[in-house]
Amino acid sequence: MSADSHAAIEAVWRLEAPKLTAGLMRVVRDLGAAEDLAHDALVAALEQWPAAGVPRNPGAWLMQAAKHRAIDLLRRRSLLERKHGELARELDEGMRLARRGPEEALDDDIGDDLLRLMFVACHPVLPAEARVALTLRLLGGLTTGEIARAYLVPEATIAQRIVRAKKTLAKTRVPFEVPAPAERMVRLASVFEVIYLVFNEGYSATAGEDWIRPSLCEEALRLGRVLATLVPADAEAHGLVALMELQASRFRARIGPRGEAILLLDQDRGRWDRLLIGRGLAALDRAIALDGGGGFYALQGGIAACHARASTPGATDWGRIAALYARLVDVTRSPIVRLNHAVAVGRAEGPAAGLAMIDALAGDASLAGYPYLASARGDLLERLGRLDEARAEFARAAGQTRNARDRDVLFARARPR
Amino acid sequence: MRFMVIVKATPESEAGVMPTAEQLAEMGAFNEQLIKAGVMLAGDGLQASSKGARVTFKGKDRVVVDGPFAETKELIAGFWILQCRSKAEVIEWMRRCPNPYPFDGGYVEIRQCFEAEDFAPAAGSGPTA
Repeated sequence: MSADSHAAIEAVWRLEAPKLTAGLMRVVRDLGAAEDLAHDALVAALEQWPAAGVPRNPGAWLMQAAKHRAIDLLRRRSLLERKHGELARELDEGMRLARRGPEEALDDDIGDDLLRLMFVACHPVLPAEARVALTLRLLGGLTTGEIARAYLVPEATIAQRIVRAKKTLAKTRVPFEVPAPAERMVRLASVFEVIYLVFNEGYSATAGEDWIRPSLCEEALRLGRVLATLVPADAEAHGLVALMELQASRFRARIGPRGEAILLLDQDRGRWDRLLIGRGLAALDRAIALDGGGGFYALQGGIAACHARASTPGATDWGRIAALYARLVDVTRSPIVRLNHAVAVGRAEGPAAGLAMIDALAGDASLAGYPYLASARGDLLERLGRLDEARAEFARAAGQTRNARDRDVLFARARPR
Repeated sequence: MRFMVIVKATPESEAGVMPTAEQLAEMGAFNEQLIKAGVMLAGDGLQASSKGARVTFKGKDRVVVDGPFAETKELIAGFWILQCRSKAEVIEWMRRCPNPYPFDGGYVEIRQCFEAEDFAPAAGSGPTA
């Protein structure tokens, strides 16, 4: 087979595998079986397409090939399990779906199936790392090997995570359905969390590493955009997309020529990606139109948008950022968010106001040893002209951080000038 | 990876002939698929070159020439910006694109955008903008 036709089949596979697996899942109600059937269809394609050419509608071809096999599977199952009434009904329904022609499968059905698949892959019964692996595999069409490379772990580890996850899903009989309204919020939150975890994993990757790590950001963004079209009335889906688009817009400005991290306020804003900024702001507008943009992701997206809208660091609307952090504190109750709130107030209202808020946080046990607390306090003290105290804070932060480059910067600030 | 897909101009597009309602609906459905798949970052159709202009560079001089421009085959009539994982994936998407031309033999051109890492110092000979 030529490299070209192999690349073509791989491309078709990546586009079609999630829809294929989702459609089959509805027929056979078992993730392992759905994946096997999809895979068998791929093998058939690899055998036939190089000679016959890629069919005009490859998705429908793959689905038909898989459904033929699904019918065989359901027949065998029904011979074994006829006696259980509920299972028999499930099998009959599966059989009906499997016999349906491709023209009867509506776009909405495919969308619903994809959404169900997302809910299954991100089910709270699974540990976070298993949700991530399963989502990348089922919705991203990534191979186990690619996921392993992206997460810098051996392939066997990922393979095992996926096997265990499938077992857990089967054992707990997680249904293939969009959760009932009462449960929907929590379940959607889990999907958002998985997508954002994937994004952050890619975002923390540095230049020169394997291409697949930064590409996790693109994949997370893509999944977020897909999700936002599947649940268009959910404000947080748009908020998550906004946050990711806006953060990704700074991707190429955040690392210097020697691979060092460049902080937001020091970045060359001319290198920010205007296309992604525009998309992020549009997504944020959608979130705000739906519910005021008060959710966990939309608020963070709103903060990112304040930076994106400022053509220079001096033009940043710190008052607005501080107000958004205040709302985020209400949503999260997180001490780290409180700290960021204090820093924003320090910018908006002056260092004394920020310092008072930080000092109110100093007793919080969960912030003990957190280097950003000391360095933020040092910043404010420096701006107040209390230089000795500021240097002591920078020295403290330098002793707390585990990042060598940060340590150098902090030590430099701790030295008298 | 980001790609630009370029739709070439035709005598019809240059004459300002609007697509039929059916063509628009077909292309709209295709765009919808691109959006649902999360790969379409941007895209637009372009007006005829008679509404455009060229700024020609000659050393430090600039000469402005208003459209229309004669060489229809070199003109473009629209574009997409797609984010895909490989060129093969863009090709697969474009195989599914409704024929944008009223004749056989028309084509769209797929070009890859530069990425941040293309400008990394380690890349050496790449552009340095």
